[in-house]
Amino acid sequence: MTTPAPPLENLPNVADTLQITRAQRILRGLWTAPLSAKLGLLIILVYVFVALFAPWIAPFGESEIVGKKYLPWGEEYFLGTDNLGRDMLTRLVYGARNTVGIALVTTVYAFVLGGTLGIIAAVLGGWIDQLLSRMVDVLMAIPALIFAMLLLSIFGTSVLSLILIIGLLDATRIFRITRAVSLNVVVMDFVEAARLRGEKLAWITLREILPSISAPLAAEFGIRFCFVFLTISALSFLGLGIQPPTADWGSMVRDTADLITFEDYTPLIPAAAIALLTIGVNFVVDWFLHQTSGLKDEL
Amino acid sequence: MSSDTPTSNEILLEVSGLKIEGYSEGRWHQIVKGVDFTLRRGEILGLIGESGAGKSTIGVAAMGYAKPGCRISAGSVRFDGIELTTASEEQKRQLRGARIAYVAQSAAASFNPAHKLIDQFSETVVQHGIGSREQAYADAKALYAKIRMPEPDLIGFRYPHQVSGGQLQRAMTAMALSCRPDLIIFDEPTTALDVTTQIEVLATIKDIVRQFNTAAIYITHDLAVVAQMADRIKVLRYGESVEESETRQMLDDPQQDYTKSLWAVRSFRKTEKPPLPETVPLLHIENVTASYARSLDPVLIDIDFEIHRRETVAIVGESGSGKSTTARVITGLLSPSQGRVVFDGVELPADYRNRSRAQLQQVQMIYQMADTAINPHQRIRDIIGRPLSFYLNMEGEAKKRRLRELMEMIELDPDQYLDRYPEELSGGQKQRICIARAIAAEPKLIICDEVTSALDQLVAEGILRLLDRLQQELDLAYMFITHDLATVKAIADRVVVMLQGRIVEQGAKEEIFSPPHHEYTELLLSSVPEMDPDWMQRVIEERRSKSGMESAGN
Repeated sequence: MTTPAPPLENLPNVADTLQITRAQRILRGLWTAPLSAKLGLLIILVYVFVALFAPWIAPFGESEIVGKKYLPWGEEYFLGTDNLGRDMLTRLVYGARNTVGIALVTTVYAFVLGGTLGIIAAVLGGWIDQLLSRMVDVLMAIPALIFAMLLLSIFGTSVLSLILIIGLLDATRIFRITRAVSLNVVVMDFVEAARLRGEKLAWITLREILPSISAPLAAEFGIRFCFVFLTISALSFLGLGIQPPTADWGSMVRDTADLITFEDYTPLIPAAAIALLTIGVNFVVDWFLHQTSGLKDEL
Repeated sequence: MSSDTPTSNEILLEVSGLKIEGYSEGRWHQIVKGVDFTLRRGEILGLIGESGAGKSTIGVAAMGYAKPGCRISAGSVRFDGIELTTASEEQKRQLRGARIAYVAQSAAASFNPAHKLIDQFSETVVQHGIGSREQAYADAKALYAKIRMPEPDLIGFRYPHQVSGGQLQRAMTAMALSCRPDLIIFDEPTTALDVTTQIEVLATIKDIVRQFNTAAIYITHDLAVVAQMADRIKVLRYGESVEESETRQMLDDPQQDYTKSLWAVRSFRKTEKPPLPETVPLLHIENVTASYARSLDPVLIDIDFEIHRRETVAIVGESGSGKSTTARVITGLLSPSQGRVVFDGVELPADYRNRSRAQLQQVQMIYQMADTAINPHQRIRDIIGRPLSFYLNMEGEAKKRRLRELMEMIELDPDQYLDRYPEELSGGQKQRICIARAIAAEPKLIICDEVTSALDQLVAEGILRLLDRLQQELDLAYMFITHDLATVKAIADRVVVMLQGRIVEQGAKEEIFSPPHHEYTELLLSSVPEMDPDWMQRVIEERRSKSGMESAGN
């Protein structure tokens, strides 16, 4: 109780330079971001654009059979056709919408579930924390991909069950990280002050704690999104993920996999689409983490 | 360990035109703006100033070192003929530890918890090739004996967590001496210690520096401490030198206005006012005994005191005495195992979760660290506005008007500050925001937990004046938890002295501060440094003659 740290007193000039708004600060942050982060942002923006405007960009319909099987790359079918004679470019474009869209929904769902329970476990503590944490331990004890395949075989491979199952399994990791970062905030005096004021749980979690943990959570969101995305692609490749005729990069790799033996690199293109987005997101997350960790202040 | 015989007036360290820059916000800012001083062998120079004055930065620059993100941009630092600003890393490494040593504020953070004290002592000696491990061990034991550590032959074989904070700080001083350096830099070595421990550490440092004729730079924000330690004092402000002179002359006759204002800080006394007609006490804490877990020993034993309306009751004691725990019982964060808390004639439920909103509203709290007591992600408007809407259902225009009133009460310009975030305020301003949040609830009692101990003296005084004025205007009662007796003298009406979870003495301020004292109160009062340079010598001699002090550092 009696360890006064020297405070930062008498620094009015610092306060004045901080008078710029948060929006200005974000813009300046973007401007001074490293090249990798700008590249990552560009990649993400292109994907988002393609996903949003897929019907206008794609030359054909999503599951329309437009020609013979396995046509080579050319003028009419830019990236050739797949094992059923569907246009590869079209399916690649729609795949952005399906794979990325489903991964995004799953990640958001996992965050709402895991994040909420994580904060609640940290704030309430005691037996609620014990119960939730042990349940999470049980779920995490089983290898995620095998568990997901098991559950998908039981509940069927609809898009909804895919989202719910992968979301639940990923929520365990998010629960852990949210609980851990929340515990650091829960012990702060301002949370105690809110408790003593008589605030309810909702106020304490949403207004007092959430803003303080949003930076690490946002970074985690990026990384989690990549994992969810890779899991869905892996499951699709194994035939348990997004089902035909919906276009999806994982199943596209599988469908055209035979071509690789003929020195045709078409199956690598959807794989590259997956890899590129993962790298882009990670670039941005790295930069964001670097920004929020305070490392920028040290040379 | 220089072989030549040191003469007392030989210049050891000469710093001239020292400028240091720090990097932030994308450019270099000057932190130290041209400082000169010289230090002779065996001399102690006190560097004093508020936080941000550049004291620590100058201190480490005397080793030719700049903190990460800083650089020495101009000037020279000559140590015994060696220019440190241009010396190679290797040359400086040879000097550090061997000829220049450094003692940091937190010994607990500076010792490696995984190694025994004596091994950390000998490491430097062996590294610099000055002696063998066995020689170092023998020397450590001799030094431990010299600084009156208990069991000097054995204490070195303990790990840092096995000795008390005061002992650890003394062990660190001994460690700094391991190579018999020519210069030791002490950076706030007693700031984290209790007063009764502080005096022992100060005595040790002074003793040992004299015995080995070591020169020292003593950095502190505490005037009374520097008065005991230094031969000369240099006052710093915003990285510039304000003035420098011999200690006695500086204390008796400061030349600059800034120095005078520093010297005058401790003169504040609260407004005396007629006591309110006696009714039921506002708060009565009745025979409370409490422990943190049923199986553990109680941390509070039979605590019983009252707080009356418009009264300030100071709870005084060292760390671990149960001051803050008492506050936790009153606020309902810790349920007592025996006894009860009666507020305004009504017993409060032991757990805050069972208290009504009106009951919670009556007792508000101000914390030591304003940084962590207000949410960094909320605007000042929301921080102060929340109690208004939560307790008083104030919204819209009425709330806006009240917010402006509150800001004016805490002497901050509403137009300028209401829409800022806490990080855009200074430490003192943040503490004012905490005060505004507490009074916004319109409470009857405010618990102030060490509210000024993290602030510079001038700023702290401003906070005390503000609290005093608000008490007059709003008829507030304060429970003032502090370890600083100067603060108690300034603001308290009544004093409760606590030791190891018990109340050892309580009564009106005049009674407590005038003899006869309880034995512990006596120790506490006599340990508070005074501005008189002879104070420490006198107290130590008195105590040694009574010889009741052998175990006070434990």
